[in-house]
Amino acid sequence: MSSDKSIQREESASFNEHSLSYIRQAAEYGLYEIRGMGAKRRVPSFDDLIFLSASASRYPLEGYREKCESKTVLGTRYAKQPIELEIPITIAGMSFGSLSANVKEALGQAATQMGTSTTTGDGGMTPEERESSKTLVYQCLPSRYGFNPNDLRKADAIEMVLGQGAKPGGGGMLLGQKVSPRVAQMRTLPEGIDQRSACRHPDWTGPDDLKIKIEELREITDWKIPVYVKMGATRVREDVKLAVKAGADVVVIDGMQGGTAATQQVFIEHTGIPTLAALPLAVEALSDMNVLGEVQLIISGGIRTGADVAKALALGADAVSIGQGVLVALGCNHHTYQRADGEEVDVTADYAKLGTAPGYCHHCHTGQCPVGITTQDPELEPRLIPEVGAKRLKNYLQVLNMELTTLARACGKSNVHHLEKEDLAALTVEAAAMAKVPLAGTSWIPGTGSV
Amino acid sequence: MVSLKQLDLTDLSVRQVNEYLHGELLEERPARVEILNPDGLHSIAAGLDTEVDIDILGHAGYFIAGMNQRARVTIHGNVGWSVAENMMSGVVHVKGHASECAGASGHGGLLVIEGDASSRCGISLKGTEIVVGGSVGHFSAFMAQAGTLVVCGDAGPNLGDSLYEATIYVRGSIHSFGADAREEEMQVDDFEKVAELLSRAEMNFDAREFKRVSSARSLYHWNADAHQEY
Repeated sequence: MSSDKSIQREESASFNEHSLSYIRQAAEYGLYEIRGMGAKRRVPSFDDLIFLSASASRYPLEGYREKCESKTVLGTRYAKQPIELEIPITIAGMSFGSLSANVKEALGQAATQMGTSTTTGDGGMTPEERESSKTLVYQCLPSRYGFNPNDLRKADAIEMVLGQGAKPGGGGMLLGQKVSPRVAQMRTLPEGIDQRSACRHPDWTGPDDLKIKIEELREITDWKIPVYVKMGATRVREDVKLAVKAGADVVVIDGMQGGTAATQQVFIEHTGIPTLAALPLAVEALSDMNVLGEVQLIISGGIRTGADVAKALALGADAVSIGQGVLVALGCNHHTYQRADGEEVDVTADYAKLGTAPGYCHHCHTGQCPVGITTQDPELEPRLIPEVGAKRLKNYLQVLNMELTTLARACGKSNVHHLEKEDLAALTVEAAAMAKVPLAGTSWIPGTGSV
Repeated sequence: MVSLKQLDLTDLSVRQVNEYLHGELLEERPARVEILNPDGLHSIAAGLDTEVDIDILGHAGYFIAGMNQRARVTIHGNVGWSVAENMMSGVVHVKGHASECAGASGHGGLLVIEGDASSRCGISLKGTEIVVGGSVGHFSAFMAQAGTLVVCGDAGPNLGDSLYEATIYVRGSIHSFGADAREEEMQVDDFEKVAELLSRAEMNFDAREFKRVSSARSLYHWNADAHQEY
């Protein structure tokens, strides 16, 4: 018999290392954690769906030769000048303040090169952003930082933001270290103080008021440009119906995997529903109101690949919007940044100083982004060169669209908007129930009575 | 040049009126525009960006003179929610009472309300100067960042909650302060400021009767040791 009397180690399911760490941190600092990026937990996602591409019962199109259309039109309901895009992939609203001016410029350049739109954010419209973006969506946010009618009239569309997928029901936080003189000036607040964004709009409190507010925006812009309504995904069916009733041209639903520059961890991990679950609910709501096709639907929240885009379109979205994936394309979480001479500079040590590592960084809120993306620091910001960033982002968007059209052709479609629910099956019961598509190998859609 | 242009909302839609104000008005250049029979309609004279005098003759609805720039708009009656919302410059003068959120998120210009304003007057204010002849309701100047709110009557509960750098002056009673708002001693500059705003608003009150309310700035930084009101 061995004399080794070592204790058998068994972790508690409830009080595992993760929970212990959380409790210790709360006890030490007395404040909840604020961080950037999106949910860390794994939730049912587009990864749990697969395409039933064509073979005998369906006829595929030649992947490398036959054309597949990806043009997308948004805002056809009331606007005199709807938005016309070359691809159904848009760039989500991210503020100057949370992002550097160089990044905003890079987003505009890449979007313009790819024939798509980019979006402002909390903090208003910068001249560089307007100049670099052919199609720019101007967000009307609860904080109304930097919001003014002159910029409104320069916009190609308005996005009335009611919430974000990462923090539905909550406002954001721009910590003082990111509030540079320029950011402070745009937001009419003192330099260096924490800027707590409001969670609700100051001049209306419910859907009846929202309708009148949207009318006001239309009056000011002479009914020329589309009005989007963006919401975090929670009570999607009801919220979409109210947005449509309020007069939205386009509804944007942001699932819980959506990113943020900074908010409470408890929001990121414990509010909202997955993008996969939200999308079918939004489509059903539009269908119930007989406005499918009349009111366009944009889905966002954790979209990364062309497959994600294709699945979103197949489930009924007219377009997708990408934020976090765009930042990753620019270099977010990468161990190097590229200098003007093309040399790659390793910044692993800078990540370590933040207490993190490439691939695991969620320190956007600190303003100390090692690759110069989520920062206002004059030394860090130049690490992202607009032209370099724009090229990387253009490449990424191009790949997404190529993957999208490849999958569409494999399903026999000559237009990406012809993808349909019937082209999909689910790999898990949960995904089948949320997406309302059959579990692979069966015709069973949980919850619908089908077998 | 036309000296007086009359637009009757009995015959015209709000869209037609605003279309004129954004377009033809710039060519016709009337000295004054009268808008007749507003009858509680919303968004009248929204988005103006020219130096013109506009009189709205009667009671009007929500978002009247929203985002105004340069124009001087007088409403001869009461207004609904969010009059002069996000105003940039110019003057909006309400002869009657105003409903909630008057002057919300306004960046500049002067908003005068001769009667009472309801709750959240001056919410998210960013530089507009507001003078209320009567009283204001609860949560007025909530999250106000810059600008001035002068209340000649009383202020309701939670005045100036989460106030940033805006200043509030109240002549009557204050029901209660919101988080981070506090009364401070009036200085010479304050008396001058109040007197100047009262004069511009054509109101006859003595500036020495007013109290000053501003931010204690304790919510400015995310800090475990600060008293977290929330």
